[in-house]
Order: sequence, then structure tokens, then C-alpha cells
Amino acid sequence: MSTDREPSPSADGIPLAPSPFTVRERAAETADTVTLTLDPLTGDRPAPFLPGQFNMLSVLGAGEVAISISGDPARPDELVHTVRSLGLSTQAIGRLSPGSTVAVRGPYGRGWPLEAAWGRDVVLVAGGIGIAPLRPLLYALLRERARFGRLEVIYGARSPQDLVYYRQLQEWRARSNARFQVTVDAAGRDWYGDVGVVTQRIPDCRFDGRNTVAFLCGPEIMMRLSAEALEGRGVRPEAIWLSMERNMRCGVGFCGHCQFGPYLLCRDGPVLPYRELRPLLRVREL
Amino acid sequence: MSGPRTAVGLPELAAHPFLKGLGEGFLRDLVPGTEALDFDTGATIVREGEAAHEFFLIVQGKVGLELVPHDRPRLTVLTVGPEEVFGWSWLAPPHLWRSDARALKPTRVLAISAERLRAALDAHPQDGYRFLGRLVPVLAQRLDATRLQVLDVHRP
Amino acid sequence: MAQGPSQPPVVGSRWVLAREQFDTLLDSFRDHGYEVLGPTVRDGAIVYGRIEEVHDLPVGWTDRQEAGSYRLERRDDPALFGYNVGPHSWKKYLFPSRERLFTARREGPSFRVSTEPTEEGPKAYLGVRACEIAAIRIQDRVFTGGPEVDPGYAGRRTRALVVAAQCTQAASSCFCVSMGTGPEVEDGFDLVLTELVGEGPHRFVIEVGTPAGASVLAGVPLVPASPVDLAKVSERLQRTRHAMGRSLEANGIRELLLGRLDHEEWEKVGARCVACTNCTMVCPTCFCHSTEEVPDLAGSRVERWRRWDSCFNLAFSELHGGSVRTSVPSRYRQWMVHKLATWYDQFGSSGCVGCGRCIAWCPVGIDITEEAERVRLPSAPTSRGGRP
Repeated sequence: MSTDREPSPSADGIPLAPSPFTVRERAAETADTVTLTLDPLTGDRPAPFLPGQFNMLSVLGAGEVAISISGDPARPDELVHTVRSLGLSTQAIGRLSPGSTVAVRGPYGRGWPLEAAWGRDVVLVAGGIGIAPLRPLLYALLRERARFGRLEVIYGARSPQDLVYYRQLQEWRARSNARFQVTVDAAGRDWYGDVGVVTQRIPDCRFDGRNTVAFLCGPEIMMRLSAEALEGRGVRPEAIWLSMERNMRCGVGFCGHCQFGPYLLCRDGPVLPYRELRPLLRVREL
Repeated sequence: MSGPRTAVGLPELAAHPFLKGLGEGFLRDLVPGTEALDFDTGATIVREGEAAHEFFLIVQGKVGLELVPHDRPRLTVLTVGPEEVFGWSWLAPPHLWRSDARALKPTRVLAISAERLRAALDAHPQDGYRFLGRLVPVLAQRLDATRLQVLDVHRP
Repeated sequence: MAQGPSQPPVVGSRWVLAREQFDTLLDSFRDHGYEVLGPTVRDGAIVYGRIEEVHDLPVGWTDRQEAGSYRLERRDDPALFGYNVGPHSWKKYLFPSRERLFTARREGPSFRVSTEPTEEGPKAYLGVRACEIAAIRIQDRVFTGGPEVDPGYAGRRTRALVVAAQCTQAASSCFCVSMGTGPEVEDGFDLVLTELVGEGPHRFVIEVGTPAGASVLAGVPLVPASPVDLAKVSERLQRTRHAMGRSLEANGIRELLLGRLDHEEWEKVGARCVACTNCTMVCPTCFCHSTEEVPDLAGSRVERWRRWDSCFNLAFSELHGGSVRTSVPSRYRQWMVHKLATWYDQFGSSGCVGCGRCIAWCPVGIDITEEAERVRLPSAPTSRGGRP
């Protein structure tokens, strides 16, 4: 499914026209990451989305950027994006305050295959801002908690100061029937959590490898090593799903920038099975 | 701080996953040099720069390995937990700890005398080979992790 | 004197137009509201531009193409279509190198997106080759074949009348036969001309492909094509088919290339490639582009533009402030593997039509057909490691 979104009447015939949204709420997650809740300005409701899909966001004049949707898919009226300020476009978005206008189009791409989780143990591995595309999946999974087995969530970040959704993860850890392992690359003395990389948390996970589905999002090398570690614990490559990232510029398969081997990631991905990605992830500079 | 040191019997030693299945003679040689130690949260287990006399098997709790650069804040670079091991400075000269180890929660470890361990490795070369065959993958895996940390994949 | 059909001829019928009447055909296009775009000589090359009358065409010119070389030469006859392809392709019109997508104007706290209605009228593309029709159809699949349709491209495509020209010769850089795209124009045209020159009167056999093509012919002085004329057309096309300067083994090329992403040839060809992007600019199917925003100084108006980009540019694969494909070998591999292999996965066909432009316009003479053969040969082992 690419997108089922009807173009708004005003945008009819205009290629890739964005709709105006306003910032309802801004929450600073870390020094460089904010979570924005957006409301449409045109009266249209935000389009429903699937966990793992993304929108193209822009502060007009500063360029467009693909940002995954990180809200609760059961509440599509609440369009939530978590944005890390890295380049010009994301910096402009990161500076937005309540009442500012942002241009939005989407949702685009193929999301996480939620139904693959039913009846199985589930492992989520997130690295850095990779937690953002996984959060809608986590909402959806926790809502249907009875439909699958164990739930293991591993989340790695650079330092304790770089963890996003930390309070919510702690709440989930306390209240939900799931195991959360949060690890950081390095920490000061005030951190009593785990230190190390996410692959080191995998041996500790409790799941039945042959009956497990895993969803991974983070830096490519982290996903590759995590997938290898999961395979080592018996998880089948077709049950491991990765959210891949390349330079998505148009979102609809026109511009060619987000190619990864045979895939146009904006159209065919970003979520793809490791079984197909495995040989490609070994190729340098693909 | 460290609580009382208590002696450890062969069954407790042999039950640790790291040693499970190694020869009884080899393990029996370690028993006299092995103690169980309990640490409160925050307690220092070893200090960087001090002589490394022991090898540690974690029974429960969590231990942080901290780099202590002296001229800047200390940095935890790895945490290890139950069924894992830490401390191999006794294996390579100059036998001085390369980092601090600190309990991050109430922790029980088995501390094996390095002197006893070296002697047992010499006396039981087959078990010694198997012992190192378990230790080297741990080192390799930590080296891999360190490389990922050096790559700093989450940097802004 | 030929009596033209006063009624539009039927689709599939074939007619003969005398060379002296060619301007009548051009006039008829204009009378039907078409602007005629076609081949013309400029700056030592045959490029596409506006055609007012027959002498705007490359009368008596031909092109000589080799790896890294393109030269115009005089023919010993006054043929109008006696050459193959130059640096331009029809994507110049259908997918312009720069295009404004829309303008967003600030309106209070919001903004409104608008686009100026196009004032472009219908165009007649004159002298479209078989490989170029194939290329247009490939770009059709990119811009109109998926769930999202590019309205600008779709509109221009609808307004285009394809007046094809059969290739009665092949350049040394041509390999359309290998790619299954030529030399015969078989479909996808409104009209197709075959030029007959040097045997009897200089004339054109015209086949009607669509009612739109037929209606343009009403009133143009034509006579029905004779069996001899048609035999000559077949004979010319046969000759062209056997005159291909190059070939490429397209059978199994996708699997071959995807299995050889670590072949040593990528390093070798990458050492020659200067990443100039020429091959992607002249390629009639390359569609990659970037978008940029042009704000006015007051910030009340922003235009979003699209412009051609190339996978040979370092910034093309930018991700988090660095580039994925920093080395030139990786960029050449991306281009060629995309063109010949992963295009099948993305759009259901090869991305190469065998036109040979990338061969002629490469400043260092890299030849895609040669590279395909080199990658076909097994690579020497590059490390002590085994293949996983």
C-alpha cells in the first residue's frame, strides 16, 4: 500500500502539494530532539496511518524531509512527529513553537507488518531516533497484548541524555507485560542502567527463536549486527523486519534518491524483510 | 562496600554458567581460592591501576566498568550482569586493573584467586584450553561492542 | 501530383509523401494546433528544437559516434533523418530539466499552494526513434505507472503527438536490437515515417498509428504506399537491424549484475569514470531529480522546483550529513546496476533502451556494453576471505 490518502481539493493536480498544519504542542525530548503534535489548518482530518509510515514535513523555504510518524495509530487525529535536528530542514522544524505552521504531505511507505506478530514472541530493537518509527508499533502491540507471546524491547542510545520517550518507556515498563532493556553507549556515574550496545542485550532476551518476530530500526550497522545476533538465537530471517533509511526526497518513487539495491525505499519500504536485505547489507556503499 | 567474604563450595562454583561442564579436577583446584562477595549499590569492586588478583563471575546484580581518565569525568562503558564475567587483567601483564568496576545494584560475585586460576590452567591444560575458549569470545564480543561505540553511530 | 485524402485515413493505412511536400506536412501539424519539435543542427550536434520548415531539419547531415566521440558529417544525399540520436532526448520536453512544482503563498497563519495553469499547447514530436519511444514508455511507467501520478508529466504526455522516424541506419554506438527496443517502430506512435532516399524519388512512407495521427494527414498530399515501397521499408529496417554497432547480452543481466556487486571491474571502471554526470543527462530514461525551495525575501512566497539530479553526484546519496556512495566506483555501479538490473524490480523493465548516448557522450569513453561483458567474466579474488 503506498497511500490511500485522497488529495485535498485545493491540491488537485498540483504535484506533491503539502497541506498546512499548525503546531499544537511541542515537547523537548533531548537537547536536539523535539516531539511535535500537529493539527491540520484546512479542516481536513489528518489521514490514518500505519505504524512505520512517514510524512514529508517542511517549514516552507527550508526544504522537505521525511519524518516517520510516531504517534498512536489508533488516534490518527493526533499527528505526532519526533524530529531530531540534524540538517537545515530538521533544524527549522525543531525550532517551531506552538502556533507555527508546518507543511505536511503523506503518509507514505509500507509500515511494520503488525499481523506477523500474532501468536509469536516479539522483539523490538531500536537505536537512537530509531525508537520514533517503532513507537506507533509499540502502541499497537500493547493495545493487542493478548494476541502474542513475550514482548522484549531493546533500546540503545548514545548517552542517558539522548534517550527519547524515556518517561513513557518507564511507565510502560512498570505497567505493561513487556520487558524493556535500555542501554547507552557510555554514561556518567548517575546512570544505573545498562551500558553497552543493543546487540549485547539480545543474549539476555527471553523468546523462542523459531517462533519470534523482530522489528528493528536504527543505524544500519546496528540493525545488521542485531539481525545477525537474532539469527544466532534462531530467529528466521523472514521474521526479522528492518526499517531502512536513505535520502527520501519525494516519498512516492519519482526522484530516485532513496534507492537501496532493487528498492525504492519510500515506495517499497521503509520496512522490509531481512531475508531480502541480508545480501544487500553486506555490499559496501550500496 | 563489600560485605563478608564467604567460602564457596564446588557445587556453587560449578553451577555458574561460565564454568559449567569444565572438569571436576580443574574446578576442585579453584575452590580453595574462591570466595563469594556481596556488594551494595555504588560499591567499588576493583580500582583502575591496582593489582589484579582475581577473576569475577557475577551471580546476581549488575556491575559497571568505568574508565577513569583522571582529568575528566569518569565514564561507564559497559555493564555486565548475572551469568556474565569480568576482570581479566590477571591474565595479561602488567596484571593491573584497566578500569574500575562498581556495583550498580546489590551484587553477588564469585571471586577466583588469579594465582589459583593460573596454576589450575597450567595443571589442567585441556580444561585450561576450554576455559580460554569461553573467555576469548567474551573479549571478542566486547571488542565488537567497543568498535560500535567508537563508530558513535548515534552521534548528531 | 498526389491527391491527399480529404478524410482522415484509417489507422494502420500506409501512404507515401513526396519530399517536396514535407512542408505541407509541417503546415498541417501547425494547422491542427501543434508546435513542431524535432531534430535540428546546433553547435555541431543534432539536438531537438522548434521546427518551422523543412530546412530546420538536419538536411544532408549524419552523425558518427564512437565511445567518447560524436561528430557530424555531411551525407552524400539530402536525407532529413539520416542519423541516429544526439545528446538530447524527448525527456527534455516531457520531463524538463527544471520545473516549478508549485508556489506556496502565506495566508494569515496558513498557506495556500497553487500552480499556474499550463499554457502549453499540443506538441508534435517529429523524428522520434524506436528506442526513444521505448524510453518514453519507460518514463511513463515512472511518472504515471504507480499509485501516484505526476500531473505535469501526464499532461505533457497527453498533449504530445509522436511522429516517429524509422532508423534506416545504425550508429556504431547503437544496440537497440539487444535491448529489444528497435530498430523498428512497432507501436506507441501516432504516425511513423520511413525515409526512402537514393532509390527513386526522395519520399517518405507514412503509417498511421492513431486517429490523432490520422487527422493531421487529412489534406496532406499522399498516395497509397505500393508493395514496392513497403518492401523497401522492410529491407531498410532489416539492413539497420544487422548494422548494430554494439550488442549487450540482456538475457539474465539482472541476476548477473546483482550477483556481482563486489566485482573487481567496478573499481577499474570507477578509476576511469570522472563522475561528470553526462551519461545520466543524455540518457533518455534517467529520471532522478532533486527538489529545491526558492523563497522570496519576505518569506511570504515559496516556490518548489524540481531539477535533474544524477546518481554520480556525491550529494545524491546524502544521509545525515555524509554520503552513502562516496567512492566513484560505487556511483558507477549504482548507475549501471540500476539501469540494467534493479530497474526491472522497480518498474518492470530494463532502464536501458540501447540508444548508445551514454557511450558517445562519456568524456572518457566508458562503454556500458563493454562493462557488462567485463562484469560477466569472473572476478579475481580480492581478499583471503571466502564468500559467505
